[in-house]
Parts: sequence; C-alpha cells; structure tokens
Amino acid sequence: MKKHKWLETSYISLMMAFLYAPILVLMIFSFNDSKSRNVWSGFTLHWYRDLFHDQEIISALMITLLIAFASAAIATVLGTAAAIGLNKMNRKLKSVVMTFTTLPMVNPDIITGVSLMLLFIYLRVEFGLSTLILAHVTFNVPYVILNVMPKLRTMDKHTYEAAMDLGCNPVQAFFKVVIPEIMPGIMSGFLMALTFSMDDFVISYFVGGASVQTLPVAIWSQTRRRVTPKINALSTIIFVVVVAVLVISNIHSARKEKMLREGRQREVRQRKVGE
Amino acid sequence: MKKAVSFALAVLSIGGLSLPAWADENYPANYDMEYYSQLQGQNISLNVYNWGEYIANGDDGSMDVNQEFEALTGIQINYTQFDTNESLYAKLKSGGASYDVIFPSDYMVSRMIQEDMLEELDFTNIPNFKYIGESFLNPEYDPENKYSIPYTWGTVGLIYNYDKLGFDPDSWDILWDPAFSNDILMFSNSRDAFGIALIRRGYSINTEDPEELEDAAEDLKVQKPLVQAYVMDQIFDKMQGNEAALAPYYAGDAINMMSENEALRFVVPVEGTNRFADVVCIPKIKEEENAAQRKLAAEMYINFLNEPNVAAENIEYIQYSTPNDGALALLDEEVSSNPISYPDAETLANTQAFVNLSQETNLLMDKLWTMIMSASPEYSKWAMPLFLIIALSLTVVITLAKKQYRRKKEQFSYENYVQRPY
Repeated sequence: MKKHKWLETSYISLMMAFLYAPILVLMIFSFNDSKSRNVWSGFTLHWYRDLFHDQEIISALMITLLIAFASAAIATVLGTAAAIGLNKMNRKLKSVVMTFTTLPMVNPDIITGVSLMLLFIYLRVEFGLSTLILAHVTFNVPYVILNVMPKLRTMDKHTYEAAMDLGCNPVQAFFKVVIPEIMPGIMSGFLMALTFSMDDFVISYFVGGASVQTLPVAIWSQTRRRVTPKINALSTIIFVVVVAVLVISNIHSARKEKMLREGRQREVRQRKVGE
Repeated sequence: MKKAVSFALAVLSIGGLSLPAWADENYPANYDMEYYSQLQGQNISLNVYNWGEYIANGDDGSMDVNQEFEALTGIQINYTQFDTNESLYAKLKSGGASYDVIFPSDYMVSRMIQEDMLEELDFTNIPNFKYIGESFLNPEYDPENKYSIPYTWGTVGLIYNYDKLGFDPDSWDILWDPAFSNDILMFSNSRDAFGIALIRRGYSINTEDPEELEDAAEDLKVQKPLVQAYVMDQIFDKMQGNEAALAPYYAGDAINMMSENEALRFVVPVEGTNRFADVVCIPKIKEEENAAQRKLAAEMYINFLNEPNVAAENIEYIQYSTPNDGALALLDEEVSSNPISYPDAETLANTQAFVNLSQETNLLMDKLWTMIMSASPEYSKWAMPLFLIIALSLTVVITLAKKQYRRKKEQFSYENYVQRPY
C-alpha cells in the first residue's frame, strides 16, 4: 500500500491543479500592469485602486449582493414552509407536487428567463429590483425545499409530540423543536440559494431593468470592448473573502466539536470518580 | 452576514490604502452653468444604457463622466450596459424597462427610426451639436438628422502580425489564404462577417439580393476550416499573445493592440471596408408625469457628452474616432493625426455604412450564418420530434421498470410479513 503513495499524491495534486489553476491565473493577472490576459508586463496594484473608484462595478456588485441576500432569505422562508407542508402530504400528492417544484431546476435557465420576462411584461411590472428579486426567489425555492426535505424525513416525529406532551402549544413546539432540528438543512438551503443567485446570469439578463444591473450582466456587456482587469481584481477579492469565511467557520466548528468532546470526556471521568 | 461584513472590511481596507487618482491633466472645462443648473434640485434620474466599457470612468486619471454630470446638474444617473445592438433592441422592444439615453449603432438606428422607437431631439437644447463635423451631418441611417447625434466612429480593417507574415497584405483575400490556415480569426457576429465576405466580392454590404448573400455564405463556409476561432474580445489576447496572425477588427481596438505588441499592424484593404458609427438617441418616452423634464435631462446629458473636453476624455478612454471637432482640436497631435483613427479622404470614400435590412434579408442572413456555424451540413427536421419520442418512451420504460422493481421488493420485504394481519 505504502508503495503507491506517490500515485495518490500526484492524482490529488493533478485534481487540485485542474480545479484551481484558472482561479490562480486570474488572480495573478489581476496584478498585471497591462490590460493583457496573457502577456505579463509587471506588478501593479492599480486595478484594485481603479476598482474602488469604479461606480458602475461597485454598484453592480452591491445590487448583486442585495438581490442574493434578499432572494435567499425570502426563498428560505417559503421553501422551509413548503417542505414542512409537503412532508405532511400523502405519498401520491407529495410526489406530484415535488415534481412541479423541481421543474424549475431542470428547466433551462433561458426558458425560465424568457417566460418570467413575458409574464412581467404581461402584468405590466416595470423591470427593476423587484422583478429581479422575484425571479431569483422563483429559482431559489426548489433548492431550499431540496435541502430541508431530507432533514424532515429523518427527523423523529415523536420529539414534536413529546414537546406537546410537555406543555408546548403547537407554535412553541414548532419553533423550539422542529426548527432547531432542521436548522442545518435550512442553512445549507440558504447558502445554496445565495450562491445560485450570485451566479445567475441568464435570468437576470432577461428581467433586469433600466436602473439596476447585476454584476454578471455588467461583465458580459464588456465583451465587445474588453473585460477590464478590474474584474480580475474583484474576483480575487471575492475568492479570498469566501475562502477566509470558509476557513474561519471550519476552525470555529472544529473548536466547538473539540470542546464538546472534551466536555463529554470530563463528564465520563467525573462519573467514574463518583463511582 | 459574516460574508458581507468581511467583504465590507476588505473594501474599506483596500479603499483606504489607495490614494485618489485624480490627475491634473484633464482637459479645460467650460460649462454653461446656467444651462446645466436648469433641473437642479428636482430629484430627476436618468436611465442611461450604453455599451460596456464605453465611457470614461475615472480609470488612469480620466474623468468620471457620469459623476461629473451628476455633480454639475444634480441629476442622478442610473447607468447600465449592454453587449450587442440586438440585445439593446430586444430590451427596448419588450417594453419592460424605460431608458432615457441609448447608444445604438448606425444600422440599429435606422431600424429604430423605421419602427418609430425614437424621440425627435430638440436641438435648441443641445447647443454643442455645433461641434459635430460636417461630414457627420445627415448620415444615411438618419437622413434628416432628427433622432441621433454621433458618439464615436471608426473603420473595420485587417490587423496582422508582420513578424509572422513577413509582408504587408492589402486585400481581404488573405483571410482565405490556406497558407495561414489556423492563424486566422474571424468576427463571431453575422453582420460583420458577412460584410467582409460581401465587400471582397465587390457587392454592397447592404445587399438584399439572396444570391449575393448565398455567394458570401459559400465563401464563409470555404473559409471555415482555415479559421482558428470566431471571436469578439478574445481577439485582444490572441493577437497580443502571437497566437494568431490575422484578424479583422475595429480600428480603435487595433491601436490598443498595437501598443502592446509591436509586431502588429493595421491596414484597410483595397476592396474597401465598413465604416461604423455609434450614436446617442432618446427612445420614445412613455406617458409619465415628468416626461418633459426627463427628455430635457436626457438632452442635457447628450449635450454634456459633446462638451469638447468631455468628448476628448471619452475618446482618449475608448480610443475610437470622434466626430466632435471641438474634441479633435483638444487631442494630442499624435492621436488626432493617426491615419488609423482618421484615415485620408481617399480611404474614407471607399467605405460603406451599414443600414437596416429588410426582415426577410435579416432572416436569410441569420439562417445562412447558423448553417455556416453548425457543424452538421444538413439539419434534419426529423431530429427534434425523434428525440422527443425517444425521451418520452425512455421515461415510460424507466417508470415502469421502477414500479416493477418496487413491487418485487415489497413482495419479499420482511416488514410486510411482520405487519400483515393474519
């Protein structure tokens, strides 16, 4: 077994290179002195400086973040409620409704985008922030449902009954027992919705309005002229922030786990001493 | 939340490190304060829809034109960007969003005029129209000059790598030369690609004759095996990085590429070429309470873009050619006498401008272009229904198989025996 260790490491490093080389190149070229994406002509920070003076990019970024957080929050509430309702349905009805809720996910974005656009035009809604948030909620809800459903399915439904027996009214039992139990599902659904909303280009392209534009659409609009290296700088910052958040949260949860483990060991020891 | 906070911190820390980039070499401003303060304090906002990267925005010490306008007039600018004339047209046509200032190209303007999508400009509100050069008045796409004011213009030419070629080509024919197979780049938009093929054959770039278009399509099909890639902005990297030797593109961008790679040169081929213009227009304003003020604000914005110092800033940033004589006078001698941006009268006489084509011709061109681009030579009309039938029957088979499997599993499941009441 030991002999093939090198095979394992080289395979992993190959995979890592495959996954992260594009981002690495992007990061390196955010420090490139010229606008070129393949000729290195010296180190500079001026794309970063220009980035923060660029009203259009910053406002597009802020709008993207605003839409992502708003739509993910709304979708999480809707999706969680829907999942709880679905869980209580009989099997036939449930599978029918589930098919319909997953439809937007398998539907090509362009069809969702165009149909939403036509719907908004038909309803005479002015395109803008509201249409963008509505559209994003639409495609985010299925992801939340999909994340919450398994948690509900594996949850012991007797805990809810136990809470009622112990004097909770249904609302209290729901918020004190059910919600904490399915919280990991809700959180991962929220994060997934957030990512998908920030990622989305096609749907935003169709329902974006005259006064707001998301970042991906703004970047795409530069393709006739040329995408500026400021976008590289911005992507670098976003990547670093995301990695930092992930690392911090991982360290945090590892420490929590360690504390829990130590606490349990202490308890065991104390019990032994007591005996 | 954590993400947002740390992002804000990152923004603050980097923003704090850098110093403001206001350079002092901006062109001298001479604004008519009385004119620009007409709408001060009335809380008006303008929706401007421009090409991406098509206005000076404060990079490298240039003027941030939108900010300058906001500070001067108190009018708020909502600035969004589009990628093609067609997507601009679709957005306007959909009616879901209302824009106040748009920047279409020549042929799109004539289409919009034909379809009554533009407001007539009130030139008394745009005094800086006087700076527009005489040769840009009453253009083919707006014969009475009622709807548009040119913003930039330029020619399409051949960019080539002298080190790779070893000689200076002077004809579009070289894009069909098998000797440079796999070293040729080509436009990925149909109008520009057909334009080159038509000019090479000596046809009009606005031809409505199906046979001439078929000829051009045939040529483009012949060219396809030689083409390395159909591109738009990737052309910069490919040409600067010596990955390709020949590419047709816009003159202003050629100057940009040549400054990065000394082997690159630019020529307008002898057969002639396309001369394009991007212009500023006001789309039809919907009935609203402050429609008149918004139109005035839009005209003020257009007027501001034609202030000689503002136009000069924009041209320095965009690097295309300016139709504004006032700005031309302000630009460096080196820029304003560059034959690539401002070719001589003889070259210009040999250029053609795009105008709008009829619906049928547009459809035919789209069809031919799709045929050139699609790998399979013959598109079977049976492919789609056949695919649907196969997909449907597969779904049915899978569902049935699953049901069968479940039934079997239930039959032999232990739980069923335990729970079944005897």
